[in-house]
Amino acid sequence: MHEMSIALSIVETVVSKALEEGNGRISSIDLLIGKLAGIEPQSLKFCFSAAAKGTSAEEALLFIDEPEGLGECGDCGKRFPVSFYYAECPECRSLRVNIVSGKEFLIQSMTIEEEGE
Amino acid sequence: MCDTCGCSTDSGAVLRKPGMTDYHIHVGATGHGDTDHHHEGDHNHTHEHDHTHKGKIRTIALEQDVLQKNNLLAERNRGYFEARNILALNFLSSPGSGKTSFLEKIIPLLHQQVPVSVIEGDQQTTNDADRIHALGVPVIQINTGSGCHLDALMVNSAMKALELQDNSLLCIENVGNLVCPAMFDLGEALKVVIISVTEGDDKPLKYPTMFHEADLCILNKIDLLPYVDFDVRTCRENAMRVNHHLEWFEVSAKTGEGLGVWQEWIENKLRQR
Ligand SMILES: Nc1nc2c(ncn2[C@@H]2O[C@H](COP(=O)(O)OP(=O)(O)OP(=O)(O)O)[C@@H](O)[C@H]2O)c(=O)[nH]1
Ligand SMILES: [Mg+2]
Ligand SMILES: [Zn+2]
Ligand SMILES: [Zn+2]
Ligand SMILES: [Zn+2]
Ligand SMILES: [Zn+2]
Repeated sequence: MHEMSIALSIVETVVSKALEEGNGRISSIDLLIGKLAGIEPQSLKFCFSAAAKGTSAEEALLFIDEPEGLGECGDCGKRFPVSFYYAECPECRSLRVNIVSGKEFLIQSMTIEEEGE
Repeated sequence: MCDTCGCSTDSGAVLRKPGMTDYHIHVGATGHGDTDHHHEGDHNHTHEHDHTHKGKIRTIALEQDVLQKNNLLAERNRGYFEARNILALNFLSSPGSGKTSFLEKIIPLLHQQVPVSVIEGDQQTTNDADRIHALGVPVIQINTGSGCHLDALMVNSAMKALELQDNSLLCIENVGNLVCPAMFDLGEALKVVIISVTEGDDKPLKYPTMFHEADLCILNKIDLLPYVDFDVRTCRENAMRVNHHLEWFEVSAKTGEGLGVWQEWIENKLRQR
């Protein structure tokens, strides 16, 4: 299950960033996961809670943005929504379609909660 | 827990060598240099939390690829291969499509002209490494344990342990799995996906990420075509729909049919470097 190793690498990244920033508790993490990225958000959330156990990200909430797939025809240049890697240009029927959006897989930001004085 | 040395690394991968029972190296975490990069465009939205915060909340921008650590290390591997003129191939397939059988057939055809070495990835056993070892070429086994794919760190450790030669060919056999190995760059020059005629000609549509990422596709077990309902043309068309740059080969690792065409192709690649 690759979501587990991905959850672990997210935890590793945010925990070390939080440490750099003065070691607060991580309260939320913003992720950008394109619809074509091959990641199942539900499964990732499930793995995340296991992967974050005992770390400063333990209680972090995951917010996931899922940009839709967007293809661009390599022949006529038309842009159109796609839900798979394979698509046909609705304009000229070409199969030479390049994916221009939907593959994103980023940790955008996180919030840390510093202990009140 | 590791059953060989009793250590408590549950998830870590282990390197092993055929015929050397004492050889057992854990792939450790290495230091990594995080480089910051930024993307254009601002992304602003607020989250409604319904609990009250005791402390001060601070937002920290990261804009970092989730797989950045792997990608950076993969680029280091790639730089190492390029500097030493090593052609690295990453072989990917479902379990049992014939990755090891293919290597067993092509290595004897090639290793007179170019030094070949092999990295084998499996969750358990050194069976595949033993099969390659029998051909007399350097091989190392990575046992990923519960891991379902190789990553750049495992390959980095394995290639150091292998003492690769300059101007050589490195074949990396990934864990049998058509899903996540596609996401983890190892630093290879080319990804080779193998499918066999017993798997169904819609495989490329069912696992599009893998076929999208691959550079070439090898259809194996064509000796079985008379016995199965598999339409080669349909499969090829499906693969091309997912990836119109894909190079296509048809072989039997059993009878040797089609291997000559592939051999010519790889020899050409080796000359072009
Ligand atoms: N008929 C036929 N059988 C083949 C061919 N290639 C491989 N096989 C058989 O398929 C089975 C699996 O082959 P392997 O080479 O072990 O497959 P693999 O992809 O390395 O498997 P994993 O490493 O377990 O993922 C073996 O029983 C092989 O003998 C072929 O071209 N034709
Ligand atoms: Mg094998
Ligand atoms: Zn997986
Ligand atoms: Zn078009
Ligand atoms: Zn051990
Ligand atoms: Zn995996």
